[in-house]
Amino acid sequence: MIKSLHKRESELAQSNRQLEILSNGIFQNGELPTFKDKISETGQFPLKAKKLEILQINVGYMCNQVCSHCHVDAGPDRKEIMTRETMTQCLDVIKNTGAHTLDLTGGAPEMNPNFRWFVEEASKAGIKDFIVRSNLTIITANKKYNDLPEFFKKHNVHVVSSMPHWTQGKTDKQRGDGVFSASIEALKMLNAVGYGMPDSTLRLDLVYNPSGAFLPGNQKSLEKDFKKALLGEFNIEFHNLFAITNLPISRFLDYLIASENYEDYMYSLVEAYNPAAVASVMCTNTLSISWDGYLFDCDFNQMLELPVNSKVKHISDYNEDLLEGRTIVISQHCYGCTAGAGSSCQGSVA
Amino acid sequence: MQKTYYDPADLKKFGKISEWNEELGAKFFEYYGKVFEEGALSEREKSLIALAVSHTVQCPYCIDAYTGDGLKRGITKEEMMEALHVAAAIRGGATLVHGVQMMNKVNKLDM
Repeated sequence: MIKSLHKRESELAQSNRQLEILSNGIFQNGELPTFKDKISETGQFPLKAKKLEILQINVGYMCNQVCSHCHVDAGPDRKEIMTRETMTQCLDVIKNTGAHTLDLTGGAPEMNPNFRWFVEEASKAGIKDFIVRSNLTIITANKKYNDLPEFFKKHNVHVVSSMPHWTQGKTDKQRGDGVFSASIEALKMLNAVGYGMPDSTLRLDLVYNPSGAFLPGNQKSLEKDFKKALLGEFNIEFHNLFAITNLPISRFLDYLIASENYEDYMYSLVEAYNPAAVASVMCTNTLSISWDGYLFDCDFNQMLELPVNSKVKHISDYNEDLLEGRTIVISQHCYGCTAGAGSSCQGSVA
Repeated sequence: MQKTYYDPADLKKFGKISEWNEELGAKFFEYYGKVFEEGALSEREKSLIALAVSHTVQCPYCIDAYTGDGLKRGITKEEMMEALHVAAAIRGGATLVHGVQMMNKVNKLDM
């Protein structure tokens, strides 16, 4: 298993180094327009936060996997974990938020020792859509996690899981050896309790990230191919597929640079720029909370340590009215969310 | 004069062929777009056919474009290579089947 950039003490573990790379070179010499210049062309700068719809909480960067494209740089060696105290502060917000979606992510959120308590408490708030982003393999990683499908069902959690391909080769290459077969087993366990079945209200969606330096194809076409393959070969059912573009940060940026694909990839993102996607980018209706309670426009800005442009910086000072209308913090990584049909944690947006 | 016949950057300029004949260029691109839409064949199947044909006509632009297109569609390298072998088999077969003509001629003329 590879180590995280942090553990390797790679310079790309530093967010300021990543931002430097994203601002220099082809963006500094004018070969490509900066994201700010690009959205200014269509009068969409500055991007402003609209009414909050999605509250996304990152409960820690620890994970049982070390995926080669991970924007969080998550892994077993990451020790950043949300404390019960910060979770309690989050619960106060969850109880009073106007957001219709609560989205727990990580790392592997289930590895946070207070995860189950937090889900039990948060589910009492009655938020319409309660998402847990589960990497699937955690369900089979250890006996203590084997009952997660039942636990999710009990709290009517909407499970969203990553699956880069319906073949072992492509999946294991991106997510690590053995991930494909463990994921298939976990999906069967989720199906067995009703998740993902055609008429079931227990939502099971999959997330597709390209396993290389290319953009995702059409979300509906990919969903059709995934369904055909997973049902045909493994008798697995799921509801929707979200096609998500890999953003050029953290481990994916490291891969792009090491494989000499960085410039071509940035060209692809800029060429595929779609102004229509800008209108629906997730940062305008989402708020991302980090493991230590700080607020960001999205999970990507969280990893780049670009805090919200607001007087309110921390969950302990949370004020939804003050956060609405804030100017979204942008850099060149934002091209990842506006390419083609657009990309968000819920898939295509345009 | 440029030092190579092919420049990858030229692929992105494909649309410029319309500048010298707008009517025919527009008709071609409309036809091209229509051909690749989902029909009796899926877009995925059409992409694989295009990849195989790209190798048969030995068009570097097309190989570049349809390899990338295949990756985006989740087409695996095994599927891509099998498609190429279909193209290679037909191309090789097309050479060899003319051997019958050669044999006919030899059989007719040779004692």
